[in-house]
Amino acid sequence: MENFDVIVVGGGPAGLSAALSAAHAGMKTVVIERGDYPGTKNVMGGILYTKATDMVVPEFWKEAPLERPIIEQRLMMLNGDESIMASYRDPVWASEPYNAHSILRVKFDRWLAKQAEKAGVMVISETLVEDLLYKGDNVSGVRTGRAEGDLGAKVVILAEGVNNFLAVKAGLAKPLKPESVAVTVKEVIALPKETIEDRFCLEEGQGATIELYGDSTAGMMGVGFIYTNKDSISIGVGAILEPLIRDKWTPNDLLEYLKAKPYVKRLLQGGETKEYLSHLIPEGGYTQVPKLHRQGVLVVGDTAMLMNSLNREGSNLAMISGKIAGEVAAQSIKTGDVSDQAMAVYETRLRDSFVLKDLFHYRHMGEFFANNPHLLKFYPELFTKAINLYLTADGTPKKQRQKEIIKMVFENRSMGDFIKDIYGAWRALL
Amino acid sequence: MKLDDKLFLVRFNTDKASHIKITDSNVCLQQCQDKPCTRFCPAHVYDWDEEEKRIAVGYEGCLECGTCLIGCPYSNIDWKYPRGGFGVSWKNG
Repeated sequence: MENFDVIVVGGGPAGLSAALSAAHAGMKTVVIERGDYPGTKNVMGGILYTKATDMVVPEFWKEAPLERPIIEQRLMMLNGDESIMASYRDPVWASEPYNAHSILRVKFDRWLAKQAEKAGVMVISETLVEDLLYKGDNVSGVRTGRAEGDLGAKVVILAEGVNNFLAVKAGLAKPLKPESVAVTVKEVIALPKETIEDRFCLEEGQGATIELYGDSTAGMMGVGFIYTNKDSISIGVGAILEPLIRDKWTPNDLLEYLKAKPYVKRLLQGGETKEYLSHLIPEGGYTQVPKLHRQGVLVVGDTAMLMNSLNREGSNLAMISGKIAGEVAAQSIKTGDVSDQAMAVYETRLRDSFVLKDLFHYRHMGEFFANNPHLLKFYPELFTKAINLYLTADGTPKKQRQKEIIKMVFENRSMGDFIKDIYGAWRALL
Repeated sequence: MKLDDKLFLVRFNTDKASHIKITDSNVCLQQCQDKPCTRFCPAHVYDWDEEEKRIAVGYEGCLECGTCLIGCPYSNIDWKYPRGGFGVSWKNG
């Protein structure tokens, strides 16, 4: 049996970041990936955040296969064919130090794995890790699906993605529940570069994102998204599994429902679908974060439920958690102490960083939206109605119109209800 | 665009053996009225076979998201990852 200092299970951003930092600290490190090569099993929207990635591979933007730097973010609220939009643009984000890029994970993860290999990491592909190996109570390595496929390690880092098989087997996580995952489907739709730039008002090479709320998910808790790539658009929609089952939607029908919205349809017109993808997003939030460590094991990325859905940040939380895990693993191995107590430094460092601070900050959010399903139906309806009334020039004097709007607002919901919603939103989001 | 046309665009290295099992097909027949797996799976891997009175599993088209494992109300779907190197192989991701 071959022995390593660190075995990383899974070649996504979390796992590869962990492997890079472990290797930089001199550890004999291996990444075990079940796909043909790192990337082929991996899906996200996908937005990659510059700061976090730069901390893992300095100045990565000079070489990495990126799609477009994001200079504009739009937020839309849909109600039937109506829409309200807010957007923010800063062209400065098209140049260094950037804020975020759109990426396609097959290309990007493959590149990131190459950086890990350059740093001395061994990458074993087409290999599924089936269980951890133990010596007594101590973790001593992993069992893979290959013949004579046992590998020894001082520390195993679980970066297996949202499907947390090994973390459950190791007693760290619980099986996921329909309330804590969003079923997400996406299409990559090819369009000429110039068409994308014209439709999104972009200079050459620049990118934009749109998040769509409300009727984009037929009022279910979730979000639609549209991201510009170099010569394609990624469009997707995710909804929490529990309401999706209750409302009897199929994910593909929901995506087609979003694609048929007038504003969306026109953005995609004439495009050719190149790929249809699906993935789960871990939406459990702070309260569903598993145990992050035990003797000889650390849990990172999606497996650790490290996802901030409100700000659609996930890849950055994954990479920072991975980087810290690799460092803590190396430090523990060097001092010869991989006990649970030594591993706990990982959790302390996550708590000191934005990763767990952000999750803690939004800890009431999931419950708030789950308990107030009217929010994503009632408010888009109310806001679009009010704006429609206000903007319709039909000869009604404006003073009278404003009174009508206020009357309409309070016909549907009492002052007390509004205060309750606002207080709830305040507590959940601010 | 129809789902079948979309799935046609996906690249697979199909294994000979299925990585998905229905643990107890009597549960589907007798207890599960709603059969939500026939809807919530993004790839429509699960289909009710009225003649055979069981859920037919088209594992070859599985996109490996894991929804079925979590979504089956009777925890009756034994879904695992395919063997290393098999299953879906994304082109874009």
